[in-house]
Formats: sequence, structure tokens, C-alpha cells
Amino acid sequence: MSPVLDIKDLSIAYRTPGGDVRAASHVNLTINKGEVVGLCGESGSGKSTLAYGACRLLRPPAVITGGSVMYSGVRTGTVMPVDILRVPPRDLRAIRWRDVAIVFQSAMNALNPVLRVRDQIIDGMEAHLRLRKDEAHEKALKLLDLVGIPRERLRSYPHELSGGMRQRVMIAMALAADPEVVIMDEPTTALDVVVQRDILAQIVELKETLGFSVLFITHDMSLLLELCDRIAVMYAGRIVELGSAADLKEAPAHPYTQGLLRSFPSLHGTRRDLTGIPGSPPDLRDPPQGCPFIPRCGFALPTCVQVDMSLIPVPGGRSPLHVTACPVVLPAAGAASEQEPTAPEGALS
Amino acid sequence: MTQDAATTLTSAAAGNGPLVLEATGLSKDFRLGRGAILHAVRDVNVSLYKGAVVALVGESGSGKSTAARMLAGQERLTAGTIRLNGEPVDVRTGRAFRRYKSEVQYVFQDPFGSLNPVHSVGYHLARPVKLHQGRGVDVKQRVIELLEQVRLTPAAQFEPKYPHELSGGQRQRVSFARALAAEPNVLLADEPVSMLDVSIRLEMLNLLDDLCKRLHLALLYITHDIASARYFADEVLVMYAGRIVERGPAEEVTQQPAHPYTQLLIASSPDPDNLGSVLKSGNSASRARGVGSGPAATGCPFSTRCPLADDKCRAENPALHQLTAVRAAACWRLSEAAPALVHGTA
Repeated sequence: MSPVLDIKDLSIAYRTPGGDVRAASHVNLTINKGEVVGLCGESGSGKSTLAYGACRLLRPPAVITGGSVMYSGVRTGTVMPVDILRVPPRDLRAIRWRDVAIVFQSAMNALNPVLRVRDQIIDGMEAHLRLRKDEAHEKALKLLDLVGIPRERLRSYPHELSGGMRQRVMIAMALAADPEVVIMDEPTTALDVVVQRDILAQIVELKETLGFSVLFITHDMSLLLELCDRIAVMYAGRIVELGSAADLKEAPAHPYTQGLLRSFPSLHGTRRDLTGIPGSPPDLRDPPQGCPFIPRCGFALPTCVQVDMSLIPVPGGRSPLHVTACPVVLPAAGAASEQEPTAPEGALS
Repeated sequence: MTQDAATTLTSAAAGNGPLVLEATGLSKDFRLGRGAILHAVRDVNVSLYKGAVVALVGESGSGKSTAARMLAGQERLTAGTIRLNGEPVDVRTGRAFRRYKSEVQYVFQDPFGSLNPVHSVGYHLARPVKLHQGRGVDVKQRVIELLEQVRLTPAAQFEPKYPHELSGGQRQRVSFARALAAEPNVLLADEPVSMLDVSIRLEMLNLLDDLCKRLHLALLYITHDIASARYFADEVLVMYAGRIVERGPAEEVTQQPAHPYTQLLIASSPDPDNLGSVLKSGNSASRARGVGSGPAATGCPFSTRCPLADDKCRAENPALHQLTAVRAAACWRLSEAAPALVHGTA
């Protein structure tokens, strides 16, 4: 497994008159070839900021305050890996969309309402791929076939398409240049479950045939467990837990992950107690000392203010790749169990 | 067994309290111009009981919001009757509309759009109190009480705030408080949590459930998330193309769905326990059936997507067929779709 996109120690802040809002701090995340990585967290946890920041798509007042994003693709002629945060604008333009493509949040509104679908798809292709008009048209037709939209819909305006179809158009546009990495920011949030499942199945199918990697951003943990190979859980601008879907499902280590897993009702199996996560995330202008989850955490100890939020392998975990930022709480055996995780004395070294 | 289901079928929510709002044969047509007519809601029966939650589940465009807007008095009925406390409702005059509104309140989906950005929380709550409770009420005191009811505490601190200073969850609490300000008996909640984070949804649903039990409200919960209906509702009504295709107790409908559409809905919901999901392997067999083909114009509306559909399904629309005392489904081929249920009652 070779890394395609390697986010290292990335920090992003929004400069405001009231001080910096540290939307992402010291984030490390690797996306390997052909992998589906999930990024999960509440609104305001910094997940979209992280994804856009990694492509340098943020505008002031957002500033990248540190870190690097190493991209090791195959296509660009330059020496690999390159640091996306430091490449000259010309190369950046070549990397964007051709190598790293984004399916933006709320596809309902991401399409221009006064342009036909064809014109929007072709517009992007002319800018990034330098295709002739007839070639671009041919390619647009192929893209619609790929995502299962009838060809005659190319002449439609966005309002003539259903929500699911608009979402598919967005996916088709992202795939136009055969990218290595596709970042999907809440691509199915506004859709019905039946349409959602259909689109997810399609994404995975396309991933298998075209061989790209996916960074899938959503707040719906239940979706990620079913879809992703690995899941990163983000809270208050930091990744608090990272591991395989099975690790997170069966032995969630961070109290926040445990809370997320107790937040959604399940249709299958016996009814289980749901508790949710009371409280709200901290103000990132003035992040609290130590672990940002302390005010909402049921296991907080006085020593938690000294936690530095670096990711350590889960104590007693099955895999060294399952890491958590909480040195206090041990994994719960099964998210659904009533059993309270233990907080042994002296666990904090 | 196929007799008039509407008369013999009892609601699974009936045990909780007295009947408040009853709609029978509710239909709504929209004229689309050039003689085309959209049947948004067709022959829907809903009964709301005090202290009970009824969930209306369906995809976008299934008519669930239109049905709710008719119950709220905001949409003229094409056919059907609505009875409030046994009295037929007529909301054509302004005064009658206001009286009806003091009994039946609506909670909107979008907490970001349903509050006026230039008014404070206190103003949003004081207005309905003044409108519906008349003179002689200590408005200020009542506003504080409302805020405490939805657990926005300390209430005095929230009262002067503006919507932009609140989180999504807090805004939705203000929406709940605003609906409660009229002291209604019926609450119609149109996707009250779908715009909120998963971690906050549960808290809000628990709050709604608590309000419903404590204030003895009848609640209609409209959602496309059938999993939350399982946990939250007493009765589930599944809507497709303007019709109710299945109804019954929440646990029974979600665990043993009878109608092929309900089965598809449940199979499509994310299943976190399914770690070895077909989604991961990219198996094309996992593609949902017939997404994109709309409801059929004649016959059973689901026949275009249904794996069991035959010529009869495409020609004639099935009526609700009673399965047990509290369950019914509208399908010609129930003996194949849900053999255990049909033969259990035969």
C-alpha cells in the first residue's frame, strides 16, 4: 500500500478580529492507493476545512499555519512526491481536478442554475484538459454513461434534474479527468436513503474500475462503518481516533467515538440504548487546555488538561494502526454493550 | 379479510390517549397547467392521539410534507375531512384559522431558515404568546417558561440572543418553543432533525418525546429516516407516491416489513453492523432497484420498481389490505412479499 496523499502536521486557522480560530491543528492523515478513508465529525469540527486546505482551496481569512501535503501520483511529470502546499500556481492548477478532484458539499446548489449540464461539464474540461469542443462533448456523454444518467440529460438545466441526478452530475464532473484522489464532502447528505445507497454503490464500483482513492467526509458514522476501509474521527480541529472500520466499530477507544457510536438509531438487530453526546463543541478561538473533549467527557480526570492530543496506539488494541488521542480510556468492548470502559489509575504516563 | 380496512383497522398509537386529530380520505391535487394534474396526496387516513407519536415515512416527493401542510390548515383539501376533537375543521376564515392554529402547530425542517435573523429569541416567542393567549398573560414569564421547557437554560441569557448566535440545535429548540407557545394539543414536526448533526439529533428527538409525554401532545413526526421512527414513534405510516402503502406499530413494521417498498427502504438504510458490506467490495448487485424510474401512472405506483410486479400490479392499484388488528399494507402480492404475515392471519 503506497500513500497517494499524505497530510502531515497540517494546521489551518481563520484569522478573525477576535483572534485565530484554529479550525485544524496538527492533523496527520494518509490516504493510500485505492483506499476509501472516512473523515467523521460534527459541524464545525474542521473536516471540510481540512479537505479544502489540503488542496489549497481556502481563501483568506483562512491561512495554512503549518504542515505539508505530500502528493505522490503518477501522472504529473515532476518529481514525486510534491508538496501541494508549496508547488507553484501553475503546477497546482495541473494537480487540482486532474489528480485531486473534489465533489463539493450540497450538490443541490453547487451547479450553476443558468447553465445547461453540458456547458458546465465542458467548461471544466476545456480549462483543465485542453480538449477540443467536439472531444469534450464526446467525453461529457461518456461521463454521463459512467454515472448512469441518460445522455439526453446533457441538455437539461440543473432544476430539471432530481437531487440524486444532480449529485451524479457532480460526481461525473469530478471524475472527468480520471483523478487519483477524489475528496467527497458530504456527497449524499441531502438525499433519500434509497438514492444514497445507489450512489454509494456507484462510487465504490467506479473506484474499483478506475482505481482512485476516496476521502469521504460526513457526520454520519453509520454510513462510514459500512463504506470505508479506514475512518478518522475529528473533534475540535484534531483527529482524535483513527483506525479500520472494524477497529472503530468493535473497540472504539476515544470517548467521543464511543459517543458517536451511541448516537444513531439502528434498524437492524435488537434495540439498544442511545445516549448521544450532550453539550456542544468548544470555541476554537480559545481552545481549552489539554483535551478539547473534557467538558463533554464522562471519563475526564484532572490530568486530562495535560493531554497533548498526539495519537498513540490503542492500549491492548489489535492493530498498531488503530490510534487514539485519549491516553485515559480503554476501548469499549463493542459499541452496543452497556459495559462502561475502565479508566485505570496511572494510565496517563 | 380484504374488507374495508379503513374502518376495522385500529392505530397502533391508540392506546396512549384520546383521539385529537383525525383525517380521513385526505387528497390533494396540484394543477400543473395544460390540464396535467399531480396527485400529491391520495386518500390518506391519519389519526393522532394524545401522548403518542405517529411517524410519516417516505422519500422526497412522496407527499408527506403536503399531507402535513393540509393537517396544519395551510393547504386546501381537494377531498377528505379533518376532525379536531371530533368537530369537522373549516379554516377558510382568518379567525377560524387562528383558532385552529392554537391547537395544531407546525415545526419546520430548517432551523437556519425558519427564524428571522433580525429578531431576538424573546421576540420569536413573545409574539405567539400574545397572539394565542390573549391579555392577562405575563408574556415575559411565559417566554422564560417556554425556554426552560426546551432546556435552553439559563433562560434569561438566551432570551435577548439573535439566531446567528445560536447553534443549529439551539435554534431548533427555539422552533420547538415557538410551536409550544400557542399551547397546542397537536404538533406536526416536518423533518425536525434532518438538518442537524447526528450527535445532536438524538438529544432533540429525546426532547420532543419528553415534551410529547409531559405536555400530553399528539405528535406527527415526518421523516425519511425510518431508523429514527423505529426508536421514536408508536405507529409508522409509510408513504409512496402520495399513498400510504404500509402502516403498523413501529417495531413490527421495521423488523418485519410487509410491503416491498418498506423492505427496500429498510434494506437501503446504512447498517453499521454490516462491516463486510457489499458496498466495500463494489459489487454491482448492491445497486438499488430501479432508482430513477418514477412512480407508475396506472396501477400500483411502486410497480415500476417492484421485483414482484406482475400485470395485475401494473393495471390496478391495490387498497390497504389488513394484516393484523393494527397492521395493513397495500400490495397485491403480499403472500409472496411477506408470507409469514399473511399466513399468520389466514
